[in-house]
Amino acid sequence: MTQAEEKELKLFAAKMRRWIIEGVYNAKSGHPGGSLSCTDLMAYLYNKVMRVDPKNPTDPDRDRFVLSKGHCAPALYSALGLLGFFDVNEIKNLRKIDSDLQGHPCMQYTPGVDMSTGSLGQGISAACGMAIAGKLDKKDYNVYSILGDGEMQEGQVWEALMSAAHYKLDNLCAAVDYNGLQIDGKVDDVMSLGDLKAKVTAFGWNVVEIDGHDFMQIEAAYKAFEANKGSGKPFFIISHSHKGMGVSFMYDNAAWHGCAPKEDLYKQAVDELDAAIKALED
Amino acid sequence: MSKMATREAYGRALAEYGADERIVVFDADLSGSTNTARFKAVYPERHFNMGIAEGNMVACAAGMATTGKIAFVSSFAMFASERACEQIRNSVCYSKLNVKICATHAGLTVGEDGASHQCLEDLAIMRSIPNIKVVCPADAATAKMAIKAAIETDGPFYIRLGRLAVESVYGEYGDEVPYELGKALQIRDGKDLTIIATGYMVKEAVEAAAALEAEGISARVLDMHTIKPIDSEAIIAAVRDTGLIVTAEEHNIIGGLGSAVAEVVCEEAPCKVVRYGMRDHFGRSGTPDALLEHYHLTTADLVAKCKEALASK
Repeated sequence: MTQAEEKELKLFAAKMRRWIIEGVYNAKSGHPGGSLSCTDLMAYLYNKVMRVDPKNPTDPDRDRFVLSKGHCAPALYSALGLLGFFDVNEIKNLRKIDSDLQGHPCMQYTPGVDMSTGSLGQGISAACGMAIAGKLDKKDYNVYSILGDGEMQEGQVWEALMSAAHYKLDNLCAAVDYNGLQIDGKVDDVMSLGDLKAKVTAFGWNVVEIDGHDFMQIEAAYKAFEANKGSGKPFFIISHSHKGMGVSFMYDNAAWHGCAPKEDLYKQAVDELDAAIKALED
Repeated sequence: MSKMATREAYGRALAEYGADERIVVFDADLSGSTNTARFKAVYPERHFNMGIAEGNMVACAAGMATTGKIAFVSSFAMFASERACEQIRNSVCYSKLNVKICATHAGLTVGEDGASHQCLEDLAIMRSIPNIKVVCPADAATAKMAIKAAIETDGPFYIRLGRLAVESVYGEYGDEVPYELGKALQIRDGKDLTIIATGYMVKEAVEAAAALEAEGISARVLDMHTIKPIDSEAIIAAVRDTGLIVTAEEHNIIGGLGSAVAEVVCEEAPCKVVRYGMRDHFGRSGTPDALLEHYHLTTADLVAKCKEALASK
């Protein structure tokens, strides 16, 4: 990756973060913390990895994306809106009665959303189904998914991990956005995940661990997934991240898991993100 | 008339219609019992055993359905409808995905396995979820037609099937029946009351009507094979023509066929509705016949129920 490319990605991610805050502020509810922590992964996926076309969002040969941690819909909508799947300004109507942008992703309403999610643990199973279908139909599309670290506590996730290995889904790449915080506090205090790398490896996946805010490392992980195809093993990325990344008062703060900033803090977040965008545009 | 379980008709129908390459079949380690093994024998590449993990199975099928597949998903009714209930709601029904939950071993006639395996709540739970059609065939002939209808009709289905080999009501497996989704089949006409039955109880209703006729009581019998959308017209006509309804189901009397019929009657054409079925308790181990006797669900019990209802008409 060239420095110019990295700068472009950082700019896209900063714009995503700006739209996440805009959406959640206007909705007066939503999940900014985890949206901001998975932003860089999604920025990379949608700009550098996934073969998707905003003009043809249901192309049967497209790569699929399933946001298994569906509450981070603002991040997904920001990426899709900035790429032109719909008018990005619609994010100002997030969660409103006449908007197609639901609190959690709904494939019926929103172009570019490949699976309705929101109930934790189910998205990764659906991603497995899409990947099995790709194998069955001998298509070369890949299926990408992002899970939450708290979501890893759902038993269904482990059922899905088991089935992905069993069906040799090397066309499936799942990442966990490991920001270490969930609604009630630290993941380690609520229900610790233990040695996640060892556990997922034991479930038959190839696993890499990265800094989820370092585009060089993100690129290395997705290139490793491409290289892993043909191995017969699904690929897992443990992406260490920070909740609330990009907004100082939300950074590493579980309190911002699921609430919207009031006007004064909204303005502060906007000032910080606009400054970041301006610096990257210069 | 020969006997065949509706689950067997399901497996045979899957194998018969399986040339359609959109069809994929999921099972949770019960393929011999659910009969999806019959499909697997012909189309092994499109049969997916997901192990004993029903939640993952249903959501995985939903993901597959997003790619244009018609996904059949089978387990025992107990686990399909209740273990994987939320996956059916959120991953399948919310997005109207083309997933057909074919739940076998429903009801009391599972028999010896006992209460943990006797699903008596599934119709109530499934029919309260938007976007899903709920079907409960009475015999092998109509079970096959229900599978055909599910293939031809886009969207989620819950199809309730039995373990027990049942006598045919309409004909052998493969016989044509004038079956239409959402339209009750009138098996016999009558003027004194209407027995509206579903699934296994259709056979009992037919026998009960014959016994009542011998006593000079004329009963209409409707096979309400589609619980949702329910055939309101047939119910309203039954009220108009007979003025009394007895519902019969192998299910808790709370929330199932009886409730669905009562909802229509209360809103559209008030008359007395008597619900015959499991009276809000768990089952226990025993042979199907012993259980039906224990819980007062034999044909003789249905006849008595109808006469009791008539006495207070």
